[in-house]
Amino acid sequence: MIDLYSRRRNANRAGLTLSILAMSFGLFWLVWILWTLLVNGLPYLTSTVFIQMTPPPGSSGGLFNAVFGSLLMTVFGTLIGTPIGILAGTYLAEFGQRGWLAPVTRFINDILLSAPSIVIGLFVYEVYVVQVKHFSGWAGTLTLAIIVIPIVIRTTENMLRLVPGTLREAAAALGAPQWKVINYVTLKAARAGIITGVMLAIARISGETAPLLFTALNNQFWSDNMNKPMANLPVVIFQFAMSPYSDWQHLAWAGALLITFSVLALNILARILFRQSATTH
Amino acid sequence: MPLHNARLQRQTLYDTIFRNLTRVAAFGVLALLAAILGSLVMGSMPAIHAFGFGFLTNPEWDPVNDHFGALVPIVGTIVTSVIALIIAIPVSFGIALFLTELSPRVLRRPLGVAIELLAGIPSIIYGMWGLFIFAPLFADNVEPWLNQHIGTLPYIGPFFSGPPMGIGIMTASIILAIMVIPFISSVMRDVFEVVPTMIKESAYGLGSTTWEVMLSIVLPYTKVGVAGGIMLGLGRALGETMAVTFVIGNSHELGKSLLNPGNSISSALANEFTEAVGDLYTSSLIELGLILFFITFVVLSIARYMLHKLGQREGKVS
Repeated sequence: MIDLYSRRRNANRAGLTLSILAMSFGLFWLVWILWTLLVNGLPYLTSTVFIQMTPPPGSSGGLFNAVFGSLLMTVFGTLIGTPIGILAGTYLAEFGQRGWLAPVTRFINDILLSAPSIVIGLFVYEVYVVQVKHFSGWAGTLTLAIIVIPIVIRTTENMLRLVPGTLREAAAALGAPQWKVINYVTLKAARAGIITGVMLAIARISGETAPLLFTALNNQFWSDNMNKPMANLPVVIFQFAMSPYSDWQHLAWAGALLITFSVLALNILARILFRQSATTH
Repeated sequence: MPLHNARLQRQTLYDTIFRNLTRVAAFGVLALLAAILGSLVMGSMPAIHAFGFGFLTNPEWDPVNDHFGALVPIVGTIVTSVIALIIAIPVSFGIALFLTELSPRVLRRPLGVAIELLAGIPSIIYGMWGLFIFAPLFADNVEPWLNQHIGTLPYIGPFFSGPPMGIGIMTASIILAIMVIPFISSVMRDVFEVVPTMIKESAYGLGSTTWEVMLSIVLPYTKVGVAGGIMLGLGRALGETMAVTFVIGNSHELGKSLLNPGNSISSALANEFTEAVGDLYTSSLIELGLILFFITFVVLSIARYMLHKLGQREGKVS
């Protein structure tokens, strides 16, 4: 009897210890990666990084054109993807009770949400880059927009579903037509959640590298022409990190530090924003 | 009265317009999927005509003579993802258990967010860190040990022998495991939380330990959802590109050892696509992309189906 009891106790203790070990295992990598970035990137993250252009091999320079290109493509990608995502998400939450379209779209959207981004790059290469015969900032923007759409659809639908039905009924009872109910009442009530979703989408696309390789390509010089190949931070990091030149590698670490901490800050900010709005409701 | 009617009609018109606008956007998602599939199939037509089904089983990848086969990248993709899951599943379970049952309430949120931040780190950062920091350490410390202790065993030995280069299938798998842990553990956490407290408390009331409640109550109750979460992680691992590209070694050789360099579909695409010369080369790479999309589509469909089934049951119970 005692034996069985202690055996169960020991099994419990072993299991829980393993669980704590697993947790530390997860945190261990996070700390290690962030520490590596700080050690290797911080010494090179000087003001020249933000002022000078990407240098030719073997000389020093900055990342200004890459940062600019990334910002431009991220902004346009978000501007294109977000409205489509919000509209489709609204359809799923508000009009999707009947018919086949909503369940099928929901299913397909969930798959696109986790689909390999490199395939989306291939798609844009096929339908855009091949047709216009050159890589361009717009092609990169289009790719990022396609990645944004499923994320925004998912959060918009989830957030609209959290809005109580009584709110809609109250507005309808006052005589508001449905488009007004949705635009002025439900979407407004779900605003904070939807903004969170958009921020998470921005965080996701700012680090995307693979699909930009075939679409925006890269550009060593300053360019604000979206119809030309465009420098962007992830692809520059890829190219510089894989190069044998130490100047380039140092810049790659600085860029990696910059991108990671911006993305993580966005992630944390989105969560804080969402929690604040959830508690004030 | 006529004035009122006109206003009503206008509002009804706006309603119709708005409804159809959202419907078009939703339909756009379906069109997008169809367009992705269509363009990939069109792009891979030359390769499909040239190689047929032999493409899938041919290990040869010879751009000079225009002979292409997808076996090495397909095997590499599947092997790295499966090894990643073998590592990630128990760790994710431990993390989910810790966060749902053990963690002090104050720490629960920050620790949960910290694990989720692992998913926020861009893939290229994992790649850089893997290549410059992890791979050298792995080559100096772990791989010689694997060679000496596991490499000499019968049956499994050959998988763990080979020159300790640091770059290869095993390194890629470990980094993939770290990357999918947040996805799997977050799904596990979510499904563990749907278990009705009453059932758990009944088990505790009968004298079960936490570990027993976890293994005999929570896990059986949520097994469909847990499986769904694992499939979701698998879908992520299969399509992961940049991290793998840095550390897998990009060799189109089918080595037996996991310590040898290999290739995966996504890293072959990332490395070779912009440099591919000739229609057949490009088209073969696009067919690789099509295969990758097909595999992930199937895996993710199964994942969604399982999570959906758990959701339905949850609805019935409550």
